Amino acid sequence: MAEALLSAAGATRHFGGLAAVNNVSIELQRGQLHAVLGPNGAGKSTLINLLSGDLPLSAGTIRYKGRDISALSMDRRSRMGVGRSYQKTNIFPSFTAFENCRLAAQSRDPRPFNIFANALHNRAVSAAAERALEQAGLAGRGEIVAATLSHGEQRQLEIAMVLATDPDVLLLDEPLAGMGAEESARMVELLRKLAADHAVMLVEHDMDAVFAVADRITVMANGQVLESGLPEQIRASAAVKQVYLGEDEERHV
Amino acid sequence: MDASVYLIQILNSIQYGLLLFLVASGLTLIFGIMGIINLAHGSFYMIGAYMAFSLSALTGNLFLAILLGIILSVILGIVLEWLLFSRLYRREHLEQVLLTFGLILIFEELRSIIAGDDVHGVPIPAFLNYSIPLTENQSYPVYRLFISGVCLLIAGAMYLFIQRTRLGMMIRAGNTNREMAQSLGVNINLIYRLVFALGMALAAFAGMLAAPVSSVFPGMGNQVLILSFVVVVIGGIGSVWGALVAALLIGFADTFGKVFVPDYAGIAVYLLMAAILLWRPEGLFRRA
Amino acid sequence: MTPLPKTLQATFLASALAIALFPLANSPFYIELVTKIMIMAIFAMSLDLLVGYTGLVSFGHAAYFGIAAYAVVLISPKYEAASLWLTLPASVLIAAASAFVIGLFVLRTKGIYFIMVTLAFAQMVYFLFHDTGLGGGSDGTYLNFKPEAKLAGYTLFDLGNTRHFYYFVFALMLLVYLFLRRLLQSPLGRAFIGIKVNEHRMWSLGYPVLRYKLASFTIAGGLGGLAGYLAACQFGFVNPEILSWHQSGNVLLMVILGGMGTLYGPIAGAFAFVMMQEYFSALTKHWQLLMGGLIVLVVLFFPGGLASLADRFKTRGVKKPVVAEAKHG
Repeated sequence: MAEALLSAAGATRHFGGLAAVNNVSIELQRGQLHAVLGPNGAGKSTLINLLSGDLPLSAGTIRYKGRDISALSMDRRSRMGVGRSYQKTNIFPSFTAFENCRLAAQSRDPRPFNIFANALHNRAVSAAAERALEQAGLAGRGEIVAATLSHGEQRQLEIAMVLATDPDVLLLDEPLAGMGAEESARMVELLRKLAADHAVMLVEHDMDAVFAVADRITVMANGQVLESGLPEQIRASAAVKQVYLGEDEERHV
Repeated sequence: MDASVYLIQILNSIQYGLLLFLVASGLTLIFGIMGIINLAHGSFYMIGAYMAFSLSALTGNLFLAILLGIILSVILGIVLEWLLFSRLYRREHLEQVLLTFGLILIFEELRSIIAGDDVHGVPIPAFLNYSIPLTENQSYPVYRLFISGVCLLIAGAMYLFIQRTRLGMMIRAGNTNREMAQSLGVNINLIYRLVFALGMALAAFAGMLAAPVSSVFPGMGNQVLILSFVVVVIGGIGSVWGALVAALLIGFADTFGKVFVPDYAGIAVYLLMAAILLWRPEGLFRRA
Repeated sequence: MTPLPKTLQATFLASALAIALFPLANSPFYIELVTKIMIMAIFAMSLDLLVGYTGLVSFGHAAYFGIAAYAVVLISPKYEAASLWLTLPASVLIAAASAFVIGLFVLRTKGIYFIMVTLAFAQMVYFLFHDTGLGGGSDGTYLNFKPEAKLAGYTLFDLGNTRHFYYFVFALMLLVYLFLRRLLQSPLGRAFIGIKVNEHRMWSLGYPVLRYKLASFTIAGGLGGLAGYLAACQFGFVNPEILSWHQSGNVLLMVILGGMGTLYGPIAGAFAFVMMQEYFSALTKHWQLLMGGLIVLVVLFFPGGLASLADRFKTRGVKKPVVAEAKHG
């Protein structure tokens, strides 16, 4: 089995007396899309936060390409190749969509000492931004101020920004949140494409989408891993069904 | 220096620290509940002191003056909140800082117009105006002990308030969520108004208490304000414990600084703050 | 940055021309007044970089103004003039270095804490000059001879000459404006703006945000120092009050008066502030009351400042900008 690109072993996070994530282990391989499911409060978002560095671990380790990165800050992990998108749209609202991506891409070629150079003249960075926009389905929308984009487009921009940083690992927190059917279908296509050459972790509620693209699924409940394995296994699992019974899920497993 | 002189300085440090704590807790209360940074807080300290001066000259009785002063401060606080501060809740910090900076200028000039620029003394009430002996040749003013005692009482009351009431819980949580507060069934505007008045009254009360020992002079509010900022930074907002420890630390740093290195006494407090910032940027006590 | 719309460009050209021609038709008093305004404009622009573009509200910016002012007085020999070419860079560098060191401390905090610690550190610097003998304590010291601008023995211009000094300051003000404009178009400047609009996302995208903030703080400190240097040269005298928090509050006011998020705003704000100060102090001894009242009114009803007026010109029939100005994020 190929070495995991990003992995967590025994990851735990306490808030006061409560363990939001308790002894969770997960492995993300390149070329695989690993979905994380679970009811509200299962600890999925906290898990992403631990992997990205938004939150520090209370216990356990996180490894990237074998190296222990548990103590590294969010920006260092990003520079190493761990990219993350947010559930609550986290863009630069007053910038154009292009500038959002350009600023993201600039993080890979920051050139902070060139204070007399115009940032737009860095063709490599601008090209990376254009590519990211295109990949996310926003080609031609670059000049629009991000705050005026539709909700679905903003979710696309959210992804585009991560893509512009050219990461190895993609941690995606509910990219489909609030999207209509057509936009969702496009996003699912994008996810499938991305899974081919990245390690993707997908936290989602949209079951249809998840089962359409996931190579592996981990189901969490109460901060712990309930079950983890291939989609068919999860689909058939009685324990998983039980955890979802009584949930206000529109879609069923 | 012999032991009794040290003892005096220690008592002075505690008294100064406790006064600072009183002022700082008003600041923290207002910020904790309403999220407003208020530079004019020091001005209320000054207003309290000047009220003590004029009212005790008027009534001949410091306690009566303080009582009247508290009532007036609360009224003034309510009026100010209603007129000005209620418009600041959703504003950015920069705007709050600037507006309250403007208020400082206004209060300073009003003070100059109304009460002049001279330094004034405030007489200590007769029954507190004596010293108790510490050693053979050193004694300590009872009024200063009285100040420390009152501050401790208030500190205790604040502690109970913050630990045991719902409103106190909100302060500990940091910034209140208006919706959350409303869901608890409280009239949020009234609460804000009262809390603001309470915060200001605390500062004014501290000024009134301090007036007999510190005298009443222009600019007295500014120094106290900045030091209470340092208390909040060191102690952490939302932590009464932190404010107390920080205020006492500053009391000691300032008092002993003046004794040992008078030229650098003014800087001593800030060096302390710098050192703590290096070690614990979020303050000594993180939010409870 | 977006090119300014034609009406605004015309206004600026006209203003620049007016400033350039001003000394020809006026008395030394007014020339010195406008010089003072331009020095304040440099001061305000430096703070705008920090507050308006990087989102760091500093209430202690006067510290760097003062440090540079004291620096030129302290490093200048007592009985002869120092060299401009030496003292100016030295003072600016000292101010920038101080900002760097203080920045290492204050940038560990955020939001309201940051405002408070910047104020506290500025107070520390104030007490350093006020309580110790450094620079004459609370009395201050004199700069006996203004620095000279000599090249190969030939005096290029005389800082003591009101008109020369005026044009020198004017040139520097333009240089600072152009420098900041350039800086804000550079990758570093874009990052500053990104930090103001969404600091969290900047971290997430891989920017070591603290280092960028420190850079902004240092540059702002250096430029603020430039203003302080010029102020010391103009008045030939420094005392601790130039580092007071009143001064820090005043420059913050200039920035908001003019409108943040633009570079010309602080220039307008400095002009408005100094003129108001002159006007009020001529009216009454208690002019701070009027100033305080003005501040309260401006914040309550006019928080966008003068630049928000210009904005209304800007959005009239102008193409959508490539990068929208970063306003309140």
